[in-house]
This record gives sequence, structure tokens and C-alpha cells, in this order.
Amino acid sequence: MKILVCISNVPDTTTKVKFVDGKKFDSAGVQWIINPWDELALTRALELKEASGGAIKQVTVINVGQIATEPTIRKALAIGADDAIRVNTEPIDGYYVANQIANVVKSDAFDFIFTGIESADFNGVSVGGILAELLDISSVSAVSGVDFDGGVFKIKREIDGGTEKLAVKTPVAVTVQKGIAINPRIPAMRGIMQARTKPLKVVEPIAVEILTEYISYEMPKPKGKCKMVSADNVKELVNLLHNEAKAI
Amino acid sequence: MILVYTENWDGKFKKLSYELVSYASELAKKFNTKAVAISIGNVENSELETLGKYGVSKIVTVKNDKLNNLDNKLYTSVISQLAEKEGAKVIILANNNTGKAIAPRLSAKLKAGLVSGIETLPESIEPFTIRKKVYTGKAYANIVVKSDKKILTLFQNAFGLFETGGSAVIEEFNPQISESNITVEDINKTTGKILLNDAEIVVSGGRGMKGGENWAPIEELAQLLGAATACSRPVSDEGWRPHGEHVGQTGKVIAPNLYFAFGISGAIQHLGGVSSSKCIVAVNTDKDAPIFEAADYGIVGDVKKVIPEIISAIKEIKK
Repeated sequence: MKILVCISNVPDTTTKVKFVDGKKFDSAGVQWIINPWDELALTRALELKEASGGAIKQVTVINVGQIATEPTIRKALAIGADDAIRVNTEPIDGYYVANQIANVVKSDAFDFIFTGIESADFNGVSVGGILAELLDISSVSAVSGVDFDGGVFKIKREIDGGTEKLAVKTPVAVTVQKGIAINPRIPAMRGIMQARTKPLKVVEPIAVEILTEYISYEMPKPKGKCKMVSADNVKELVNLLHNEAKAI
Repeated sequence: MILVYTENWDGKFKKLSYELVSYASELAKKFNTKAVAISIGNVENSELETLGKYGVSKIVTVKNDKLNNLDNKLYTSVISQLAEKEGAKVIILANNNTGKAIAPRLSAKLKAGLVSGIETLPESIEPFTIRKKVYTGKAYANIVVKSDKKILTLFQNAFGLFETGGSAVIEEFNPQISESNITVEDINKTTGKILLNDAEIVVSGGRGMKGGENWAPIEELAQLLGAATACSRPVSDEGWRPHGEHVGQTGKVIAPNLYFAFGISGAIQHLGGVSSSKCIVAVNTDKDAPIFEAADYGIVGDVKKVIPEIISAIKEIKK
């Protein structure tokens, strides 16, 4: 069995977002990280491999990005991925990225593919589902748990109104959210040393039709001042919510 | 035409279905075309009639036991078969777990550009330009969808309901459906609780609540208002509350009419998840907490004292 974890390179979640002329993300001084959900997916993939008694042989990470994303890929290797693939191109949109990954997977099959539910930058919620459709395999979304039990993958997913436990046949792609792992694994010194020599294959992109284009960015309008109410006059707050905001 | 994927629960349409239909009906006007809804599963006839009042000209129902559970691949196949039969230009789904599961697959199947998490109608139809939040609410992007077909997912509680008083033709559709590779072994339905994404009011607690054992007032207030309960990240990380309640950048992104933040300092990641709320009320002991910059109403005070007083003041009003 082989697991593929798709990782996106995103600005740290504490970043104060700015744009150059409203057209381009201002990356000056920005710390780049593994997309938080992808990092949790990688953590769980490694836990599954370690507990599988050799049934899961390999955990590979893949990223679509220019050479600048390599520190993020090396971090994934330091956390414990066996090898990595980078598709050497700018990630234009979800459809473009998923096509690049699908192209790699078509010649190098994986049994189980992890993607994060969304990326912390464009919040596109697209790559996992598009990838599965391009590969014509099953997909499960909103996944909060994965177990490998007697050779079968058991999945817990959130539905709109509860949770379900599923048994899935491979190959399958899952998009994961919070709960899949609680804390991301942190690279140890030994892992960081090993990561330097682990295989990182660079693949050139294929031509893909561009379906969407991000043409400009705007900052949200600043909020009006917060109306403060004294803690000795809670009734006043409720009156304001009732009569002024008409929210209750 | 514009196709809407509706959702139902226990034989009734979810509120989001009416929102989606309202949106599709407005969008159809811009395109000078009609809106059609698809409904998978068993829905009461009276529900179909009501949905027709929100501006769809036709409701297509699909009933098949193979579709009893959500299989993303099969649902995508069903919706795309109808989309191709009817010549859908735009397909609209909810930006919830179900919509997020199906929309990207539809995008690939139909080679249709996907924009997820929209709140408004497009700025222009030609070129098709639409706004969405990016960087988890920290900014907006204007996106041009270049493909002929388009897929959109709409945030719940963002657009509103518009009854137009029309009536819809109801039609059955029998698509080809293959076998599923997914077996549902166990279902755990949430009953008697309002779902976080559906809720118009959300009552949320943070580290300032000082422990899961102190949640009773939050639950009491939520019950009183018909609200859902939520929490900040440290709370779910500490195990005081389930992960499903975590709102913020790595949790759920919500847009209720009213959001109560009790003992939440308002880290940038938390604000990203709640900044679309129409009204935010913050209670915190620290007057400099960033939550007050995002809030509409604030009290500097102890949640232990303030929440019970809010509860009794609301009870007064409700009398």
C-alpha cells in the first residue's frame, strides 16, 4: 500500500494579509508553512503506516509549486514522509493543481490519497474532489478520522446533521479536516538531518486549461466602533440587541 | 438554465435549500433564463410546492436506493447527467460538507470553473466576475470564471430568502447509477441540536470560560435563543468541547446573524472564522482584547456573572 499526501505551501495563519496594488499577494516578510489540514493529514498518514505492520510501505508528499516551496517540502520529509514530488509550476487554481497531481498519479498509482479540506490562502475547497474525479476514483469529504483495520480503510466523516463511519475500497481520495489528528507532528533533529538526503523528485507541468482567474483583491471595510456597555448594566446590552440590532 | 442542488433532512428541505433557490432565481434573471432545482431522496409533496414559491420553474426529483447515503462520485454523476440534459450554465450548491464534497467533482466532470464560498451575486455576467473571501476572511478576491459552465457554492445565511409566489413543475428523473465503493457502517445523527452552519444565532465560549464544566450557562443561553454552541480553538484542543464546535481559521467558518463571544480574546485566526457574522457581542475581562475591535457590542466583565444576567434579561423580553 502507498499513501500520497498533497501539501500546499501557505502563509502562516497569523499573517497580516497585504496586497501589492490590490493585484498580487504581498509576500514580503511572510513565513510559509505546510497548510494546517495537510500537516494533520501527513501526521495521520505516518501514524497509519507505523501501525500497519508493514502493510503500508510508503508515504509520499506532493506539492505543486516553484522552487521556493522546497523548504516546506523538506519540512514534510523531516516530519517523516519517505519521499516527495514537486511539480515545478505556479499553482494557478484548484483545477490546474489537481490536474498536475492527477498527471503524476496516473503513472505512479497510490492506494490512498490525502488532501486537506481547503488551503488557508484561497479557501478553494477544490483540489481533493477534482483530483478524485479526474482519476475516476471514490472520494470522501469532511473526514475527521481514518483507521486501517484488517487491510480495510475505515473512515469517519461529518455529514450535515451527524457523523458516519464508512468502509471504503481503495483507491480512494479523502479530504480531511480537524480531528483527523489533534496536533501536527513536529520534526525532530534526526528527521531534519534525514530530510536532506530523502528523494525529492521534480516533475515538469503539463498544459492545463485555466478555468478561473483571480483578477484583484480588496480588504474588508473596517468595522464601526464597538459599543461598550457597563458590566453593571447587562440589561442595556439585551435591550440594544433587541431594539437596535434587532438580532434577538 | 441555472441548476440548484437542494438538500433535505427527514423528508423536509433544509433552510439552505430555500436560500439556494432564492439565489438561483435572482441569478437566472441576470442570465435571462430559468432556474431548475434537483432534489435527491424522498421529500414530502407539500415541501416541493413550497420550494416552487421561491422562484424555480421546475423541480426534478431523483429517487433511488443507491443514493440513500452520500457517495460523492455517484451524486456527481447524477447531477451532471441532469446538467447536461438541461444545458445548465451554472450549478449552485451549499458551501457545507455536502456541497464541498460534490462541487469540485462536478467542476472536473463538466470542466466548469468552481468558486466556493460566495455570498453575493456576480459583479458582472460577461465576463463572469464574482467576489469571495480569501485568506479565511482576511480579504476579498474578485474572480473571473472563464469556462462556459460554472459551479458556485453559497455560504449559508449570507443571501437571504425571497419568496416570489410562483409554482414549479415537478418532474421525475431516472439517471444511470453505478455501484458504490463506499459502505456506511454506522450513522450517528445529531438530534435536537441546531447545527452550527445552519444556526442564525451562535453562542461561543473561549479559554476565559476556564473549563468544560462551566459550559452550562452557554448551553442554557443557546437553548433559550434556539442557537447553536461553538468554541475557540484552545477550548477544543483542551478537550473541553468537541472539535466539531471549533470556529475559526482551521475549524468552521460561520456567518450567523448574531455571534456571542464569551471569554474569547479574538486571535486573528478566530476572527477569520466569524467575521462574516452580522452582529458580534463580546464579553471579556481584558478591555484590550482584540475581540472588541471586531465586535459590535461589548462588555468588559466576568462571563460567570454576565451570562446569567443576559439569560434573565432575555427571559424578561420573551415574556
